[in-house]
Amino acid sequence: MIKTESLRKSFSGKTVLDGIDVEISDGEIFGVMGLSGSGKSTFIKCLVRLVNPDGGRIIVDGRDILKVEGGVEMARFRRKFGYLFQEGALFDSLNVLENVCFGLRYLTDISPGEYARVAREKLELVGLKGVENMRISELSGGMKKRVALARAIAAEPKYMLYDEPTTGLDPSLTKKICRLIKEMQDRLGITSIIVTHKVEVAFSLSDRIAILMNGKFKVLGTPEEIRNSTSPIVKEFTDRSECF
Amino acid sequence: MKTNPFEKIGETFIYASNRAGQLAFMIKSTVIWFFKAPVEYGEIVKQSVRLGVNSVGVVMLTGLFTGMVLALQTGYTSISLFNEPLYIGTVVGFSIVKELGPVLTAMVVAGRAGAAVTAEIGTMKVTEQIDALYTLGTNPSRYLLIPRYFAFFITLPILTIIADFLGVLGGFAVAMIKLRIPSTVYWDNIFIYMDISNFMHGFLKTFFFAFIIATVSCYKGLKTEGGAEGVGKATTESVVGSMLLVLVFDYFISAFFIVIGLI
Repeated sequence: MIKTESLRKSFSGKTVLDGIDVEISDGEIFGVMGLSGSGKSTFIKCLVRLVNPDGGRIIVDGRDILKVEGGVEMARFRRKFGYLFQEGALFDSLNVLENVCFGLRYLTDISPGEYARVAREKLELVGLKGVENMRISELSGGMKKRVALARAIAAEPKYMLYDEPTTGLDPSLTKKICRLIKEMQDRLGITSIIVTHKVEVAFSLSDRIAILMNGKFKVLGTPEEIRNSTSPIVKEFTDRSECF
Repeated sequence: MKTNPFEKIGETFIYASNRAGQLAFMIKSTVIWFFKAPVEYGEIVKQSVRLGVNSVGVVMLTGLFTGMVLALQTGYTSISLFNEPLYIGTVVGFSIVKELGPVLTAMVVAGRAGAAVTAEIGTMKVTEQIDALYTLGTNPSRYLLIPRYFAFFITLPILTIIADFLGVLGGFAVAMIKLRIPSTVYWDNIFIYMDISNFMHGFLKTFFFAFIIATVSCYKGLKTEGGAEGVGKATTESVVGSMLLVLVFDYFISAFFIVIGLI
């Protein structure tokens, strides 16, 4: 379970997170919606301390991660998480297979001889075959997203954080990625937090959705509750969203 | 609006202290990861080969032509003052081995390999690949910095030896062909007056230079912000910073070596 209490973060005097309180249960898909620049990515970066919060608490499986000291200890703690970056963040200097194997080396106790087999399995899971030896620069946008997804799930994390998983993809690829996330959720049963500004993505995937505005979760509920909400905040957000 | 000069001085001081602190943290993290996690030998070999291959051609040309021009200038100055070319081998040998070999090699490596390291790490920073390293259970210090520090520590001394050798050889070629000095005279000038401590004086400096270039290029890469423009800016700052620090520290390291008798 992930729980945040009064989570705060500011950049150069501008408050991005202003006391976030939320509890995300095991196995849940939690969607975070918000306009661009509202602090959605900062929220999930705080959860793995890629960004250090200014205050508050982040409890993961009963442990406050802000109290984890030292890079080595934090690296161990991050083993629980998989992270899909907005642009994939694949390593250009490595090929597809090496990218997917990368985390296995540091995050698991699998023997090195098994890396390639496990990586191929994960690539197949995201619908990619025969691309193992391709360079990252040779991949299309959708393929990059899927390789990044395979890399993120390779070590079978307990928690999966998705940062705009469908940004920059056409509608057909968006559907494909959403289906993949859903399938993986069903097969692996991991807890997911999906950050997106696309309403249809959040609604189709999430068990619960929060709308982040002015540093706070202004609205929190199931997709059904949000759809039926008469809140002006929901209306403002959905009206401004191009895809609703 | 008028700015208080004391405010400016204070701001500059805070900025410099902040940078120094970040630099110290980077070095501390690198040392901690070096002792706490297995060393990435594969990456060290890969980086050493890249750094060496990147710079070896330019280093060879720099060493060769520096030695040649040094012999030429010394020869003709000597002829105009004493009517004959004197101690050409000695001047070329001392100059190349103690100063020009290590310093010019460091300049070339800062310009070629240092810039490449900053550009690579900087690009990784702006495309979130550095963040990805954290989420994949490692750390930039372990995966990027330690192998690059080792690569600079391994390649810079080797490249300096190559530059020294070619510099002395280039001087020999000019002394023989242009100044008509017998080869035995040139080599005697070197071996009679020079000993191993002269070589060590220059050779040991290369480890300090390697540390400076590795630190500046990695730090600038990790602090890159602002996309492609930021990468370009960081790369330029890295090269200029490394070169300046090499020149400044060259004086102090030389002075220190002289004090301890490594002349």
